[in-house]
Formats: sequence, C-alpha cells, structure tokens
Amino acid sequence: MNLFANAIHGIPLWWFLVLASALFCIGLYGVLGRKNAIAMLMGVELMLNAVNINLLAFWRYIAPNSATGTAFAAFIFVIAAAEAAVGLGLIISVYRSMQSIDPETLDQLKL
Amino acid sequence: MLFAEAIPPPASPLANLLWLAPLPPLAGFALIALFLNRYRRTSAYLATALMITSAVISFIIFFSVFQNKDLGNAPIGSSVPWLSTGTTTLRLGVFVDPLGACFLFMVPLACSLIFIYSTGYMAADPRYSRFFTYLSLFAGSMMGLVVSDNLLGLFIFWELMGFCSYSLIGFFYQKPSAYKAAVKAFMTTRVGDMLLLLGMVYLYAQTGTLNFHDIMHSQQALAALAATPAVLSLGLSAAGLIGILIFGGTVGKSAQWPLHVWLPDAMEGPTPVSAMIHAAAMVSAGIFMLLRIFPLLHATGEFSTAFTVIGLIGAFTAFMGATIALAQFDVKRVLAFSTISQLGFMVAAVGIGAYVAAAFHLLTHAFFKALLFLGSGSVIHGVEHGHHHVHGDAHGDAHANTPTLAGTGTLASAGTLASASVHAEEAHGHPAAGSVDVPQTPSGVLATAHDAHEPAHDEFDPQDMRNMGGLRLRMPVTFWTFLIGGLALAGFPFITAGFWSKDEIFADAYHQGFVSGHGLGSLVFVLLVVSALMTAFYTARQIALVFLGKPRTEAAEHAVESVPSMTFPLVVLAVFAVFVGFVNIPPDFPVFGAIVGPSASWLRTFLASGLTEAPEALAFNIVPVLASLTVALGGLALGFSVYRGRVLETGVKDPVESLGGLFTFLNRRWMWDELYRAIFINPLQWAADRYTDAIDKGVIDWVLEGVYKVGAAITGGFAAFDREIITGFSDFVGRVFGEAGSWVRELQSGQVQNYLLSGLVMALAILAFFLFVK
Repeated sequence: MNLFANAIHGIPLWWFLVLASALFCIGLYGVLGRKNAIAMLMGVELMLNAVNINLLAFWRYIAPNSATGTAFAAFIFVIAAAEAAVGLGLIISVYRSMQSIDPETLDQLKL
Repeated sequence: MLFAEAIPPPASPLANLLWLAPLPPLAGFALIALFLNRYRRTSAYLATALMITSAVISFIIFFSVFQNKDLGNAPIGSSVPWLSTGTTTLRLGVFVDPLGACFLFMVPLACSLIFIYSTGYMAADPRYSRFFTYLSLFAGSMMGLVVSDNLLGLFIFWELMGFCSYSLIGFFYQKPSAYKAAVKAFMTTRVGDMLLLLGMVYLYAQTGTLNFHDIMHSQQALAALAATPAVLSLGLSAAGLIGILIFGGTVGKSAQWPLHVWLPDAMEGPTPVSAMIHAAAMVSAGIFMLLRIFPLLHATGEFSTAFTVIGLIGAFTAFMGATIALAQFDVKRVLAFSTISQLGFMVAAVGIGAYVAAAFHLLTHAFFKALLFLGSGSVIHGVEHGHHHVHGDAHGDAHANTPTLAGTGTLASAGTLASASVHAEEAHGHPAAGSVDVPQTPSGVLATAHDAHEPAHDEFDPQDMRNMGGLRLRMPVTFWTFLIGGLALAGFPFITAGFWSKDEIFADAYHQGFVSGHGLGSLVFVLLVVSALMTAFYTARQIALVFLGKPRTEAAEHAVESVPSMTFPLVVLAVFAVFVGFVNIPPDFPVFGAIVGPSASWLRTFLASGLTEAPEALAFNIVPVLASLTVALGGLALGFSVYRGRVLETGVKDPVESLGGLFTFLNRRWMWDELYRAIFINPLQWAADRYTDAIDKGVIDWVLEGVYKVGAAITGGFAAFDREIITGFSDFVGRVFGEAGSWVRELQSGQVQNYLLSGLVMALAILAFFLFVK
C-alpha cells in the first residue's frame, strides 16, 4: 500500500493516518490521564472516532468501490453511541451512590 | 615388736557367761530403739528386766570366782580375732580378773537399782522409751568395758559411753543449757580421749598387743617398756609416757582438773543419769582403766614422774572440788563437785601407789554417791510435787500436753481434762478412784519433765537448797537413806563404808609421806585430809539445808515421799553403803580387825592377787585413823553447828556467803569456765569467724558464684541462639512471604486507569515483539 500514492484531490493518505493517530493518542491521554469519568468517555469517543477516520481513509484510498469500509464504520458509530449512552447511565448511577466520579476513588466493586 | 601376743586361754562356761553379761542391755537398746519406741511401759520394764538379767549373770560370775586365789595369774576369758594388721591380729575378747570381778558385782547392781528408780522417776516424761534406750546402751557399754580384755575393746565401749552421756545429758534437748552441756561434756572428754588414743597407739606400736593380761602380767613386757626411753624424750620411759597419756583419758572421763568442767554442767540431765554417769558408770570407768594399767605405771618405778603427775592432779582436784562444793546452792551441783573431789581422792591414791585403796574407794563411792544422787532426785521430785500442789493447775495445761502415763490408745479417749484431774488425784499418793480407762501405773508421782520444766516456766527452782528444808518429816525414807549416804561420804567412823575406804587411802598416803619420807605422800595426805574436812562440812550443810529445820517454802511444806519404785533402790543402796566397807577391814585394826578375823581384808587379798607384785599390807598406824576420825566427826559437827536454828530459817543468808569475794570465787567454780572461754573458745570462735569470712564466703562462695556465672553465660548463649537465629529465621520466612504478598497485591488497585495503562503497556510490548523479534 503506497501511502504516498493515490493523492485524491492532492491529499496523500498519510495525512489521514497521522491525523487519526494524533486523535487516537489524544483520546488515549484523555482515558488514562483525566480524573473525570465523563472526560474518560470523551476520550473513548475520540479514540473510536480516530479509528473510524483511519478505517474510512483506508477504505477510500484502497477499495472505494467496496461497501465493507462504510459498513465497518457504521458499526463503529452505532457501538460508540450505544456505549456512550450506557456509560453515561453508569456514571449517573455511580454518582448517585458515591457522590463522585473520580475513577481513582472508584476502586471497589462494591459501591 | 617387743612382745608377741599370747595364745588365748581356752573358752570355758564361765567365759561364755562373760560374753553374755553385757548383751542383755545392748539387746534392750536395739529392741527398744527399733521396735518398742511407742510402747512406754513395755520398753521401761523390758529394759529393767534385761538389766537385772545382766546383773544376775554378773553375780553368777562374781560368786564363782571371788574365792579363786589364782584369778590374777590365770584370768578366765576368751577372745576372737577381729582385725588383722599385717603380721599381728587385734583380738576382741572378754576376761575376768579380780578387779573386773569386783566391778562385775558393783556395776550391774548399781545400774539395776538406777533402772528401777528411773521407771518411777521418768514416768511422765513423753520420751520415756528413748530414755531407756540410751540408758540400756549406757549400761551395756559399761558392762562391756568391765569385761573387755584389751584396751581397744575398752576404748570402744568408752567411746560408746561418751556418746550415751552426750545423749542423756542433752536429754531435754529443748533447753539450750542442756544441749550445750551435752556438747561440752562430749568435747571435754574428747580431749582426754585423744590422749588415751595416743597412749594406746604408742603401746601397740611398742608391744604389738593391747591385751591387758599379756602386758600387765608379763614382767618381761613391763620391764622392756620401762627401759625404753620415750619418743618425746621428756625424761620419761615409754611406760611412763604411755601411762601419762592413758591417764589423760582418765582426766577427761573422770573429770579431773583441768578437764573437770563438764561434770557440773552434766547435771542438766535427768537425775538417774547423773547417778549413773557420776557414780556407778562413766567416771568409774576412768579410774577403772587407770587401775587396769596400774602395773604399767608401777613398772616406771615407785616414785616416778608418772605417779607424781597423777598424784598431784588427783590431790589438787580433790581439794578444788571440795572447796567449790562448799559454795553451791543447787543440791545436784554440790554432789557433782563432791564427785569430782572424791574421784580426786581415788586418782591421788593411784598416784601414791595405793592400788587396793583406790579400787576400794571406787567401789564404796559408787554405792553412796549413787545413793546420794538418787536421794537428791527423790527430794527434787518431792519439792516439785509440793510446788505443783501449791500452785494448782497453773501447770494443768502443761500436764495435759504431755502424753501421760500409758502410751496405749486407751488414754486418748480419756481426754485431757481427765488426765489433768488424774494427775491431781494421783499427786496425793492415792490412785484416782473411778477414773475411766486410765491405767494405773505404779509410778504415779507427778513427774513431768520437770528438769525441763522449771526455770523456763516460772522462777521457782526445785533444785535450789534454799527452797527446801524440813523434809525429814515429810520424806522420811529419803531422809534416812540420804543421811546414811551423806555420812558415808563424810567418812563417819566405823559404820559407814566411806570411812574404811577413805581411811585406807589416808593410811597409804601417810605411810608413803611421813613414814617413808616421800614428799608426794605427805602432800597428798595433807591435801586429802583438808578435803575430807571440807567434805564432811559440806555434807552436813547439805543435809541441814535440805532436811533439817523447818520448810522454807510452801513447796517444801507440801512435799511428799516418793513412790516405792524410787525409795526401794535408796534403801538397798543404803544397806550397801553401810556394809560394803566391811570387805576390807585391815586385820590389825584395833577392835574391828579382831572381830572380823584375819580374813577381814578379803578385798585386799583378792585384788592383790591380780597384780604380779602384790602391794604389802601396811602395818597399822594410829595417826591416819585419828586424822580421819577428827576430820570426819569434826567436819560434821562444825557443819551441823553452823547450820541450825536461825540459819535454817527462810530468807536468812547462808553463812558461806559471808566469805565475800572468796565465796564468789568458789561459787563461780574457781572461774575455770571463764578462763577456758577466754583462752580457748573465744580465740577459736574468732578464728572460725575469720575463716568463714575469708574462705567460706570469700573463696568458696566466689567459686560457686563463678560456676553459676559460667553456667548462666552458656545458657544465655544458647537462649540467644535459639531466640535470634532459629526463631528469627522462621519469622523471616513468614515475613518475606507476607511482604511479597502485600507487594503483589498492589497490582490489583481497583483503579480502572491503572488497568488500562497496563493493558496499553502489554499491547505495546506484544507489538514490539512482533515487529522487532519476529
């Protein structure tokens, strides 16, 4: 796969990949380094979206005619949305019990 | 070896009897000590019966031999080999020669009477059986000593008697004065015994035998001993040195100066013991031994150093004892010092070579001194009884505490109250009628262990003559017998035995001193005459203070005559005190010699046959007889004239006390005890204390502490090892696991972000693995 070929509208593939990596790392930082559960979820969303960008970039540049890429991306959107809803619900529930959403304080299985 | 032992004579029936004679009391000792200790009356009667058996055997022996003229040259006996020492063998055996035969008559007789007396005297003492145990051993030892045929056998029994005297003097061992007196007696006689042992060893070394007959009857042996110069070269021959050393034993045992100090203190023992020790048995043993070795002394020459030493010590002791007896107030102590004095007479008699006189005086003295002691016991009993009667049952509780009378179980049921009332009843001489279960003993006199009782309980001393008086009406039998004994002691002319024996000594001393012109005899004569004067005086004093006049205290007023078991021996002894003197009246004595005939001095001929050189009978001389009459009658008269009338009333000071400082000196026994304490005892005590501090506490305790410290260090080391290393290791192992576990547990923090981080790290690691390694 030639990252420098197929410059569609003059944008090489590797620009998309770098962007996705950067977003992924930022999201990774958000998951690992934030003290707020909601911010962690935001990080997770970022990571998912970064993966999505990665995925779609490869689809467009390599096999644009196939529907596999778009299907894959659709799955990820759905799962991300569902997961965000469930996550928020969990966070609300946790907040009601523990009055805190700092993941460092939520270290017991028992609330 | 200068002299080999002779072959022992063949055994005969009489010799077998000789072996048997000491056995009954010894068997009694063993039986009572082992089996019969809790049966009081059985042990008392058994002991008495055995003693009487021994007496019967001894009388058989005596009456078989007393007319045997040749007994000295051919004594009857037998011996068995006992201990072989290289080439020679020590033998143990028995024999009877004239001297032994006389003692076989006197000793068992006196001892039997003392036993009978003791059954009454000691009746209420809780340790009745123990008393008879020791008394039997004592009597058996004395019998053994009398029949023993060699010096070693004699020494064995000598030491046994020393032990018995220790036990009996300290019989009331709860009293400090009693046990101290016992130790004092033992220690003091021990000094004498050491000298005796040295003499024996020397004799054995020189002759190879210790047999009396072999040495004393062999001119050859004696001459050899007399010719050999002594080891210590003091100008003595071997015989002289041996004689003096053996005499050292006599000085101890027979309480001569300087070893006399134990005898007055020995009065702490019960009175029958005093009678036995100081009249019949122990002190006689010393003189007996001296008489046994008389031929050895005689071999050193008639006026030798040995005889001089003996004579001087004897005469001095006689004088000293008499002076001290003048100033005593305790009835027994007067008799104690009287004994010392009379023994001095006997020793002085030996010192001037008067073998027969010494033996004769010993025999008569045994009788009248035993009589006097037993009589004093009766008096003390009576006064004690009177005291208890007056002071009622202040002592009732003390009596209840003593397990009275019978040792059998029936008494336990009677209860203490009954026993106290029984005492009160029996105290009046008639048995308590209707008292339940309490067996009536013949010895019902209220006899507590009062010698242990008295001053500890209250201030009344029943032995002090100042608390007596007027007892002749209340205790008539005791009075008359005591009077006879006292007159015998004083040497009342003609009708008492004491006169004849003392007169014999005077005659011998006078003859040697003034007729033959030898200084020792004169000195002895003078001293003995003065002592006899004092003897008569203090005897009169004692009789007057105790029996005459009016009772000086209530206790004396209520005194009662003693029971028959006590008065019967007194009567028997009184008879002997009168008649035993008639066995040795000199044939040429003015009136009496003619009456009794030429066989009058039986004792002299009998005893003299025991010596190889028979001392010749002296011609009659009026001077010593006059001297003896004068001092005896004069002393008695002086005594009775001073002690009468007003002097005998209560609270009047004794005339003797008006001698002031002299009285104190005499009363304190010439201060010999204080002197010995200062010279011997205090320095030894000081040295012993220093030794204890230095060696016992310093060295020995230091060593022991050092041992302790080493041990402690070792065990401490082991403990530390155990604690630090072994325990520490096991603790360490546990701790390691615990800490490792704690550390590992931290991986599970429960924090989501940590888990995610771990997952990231592992993912990167796997990616790197696949990129770079694969």
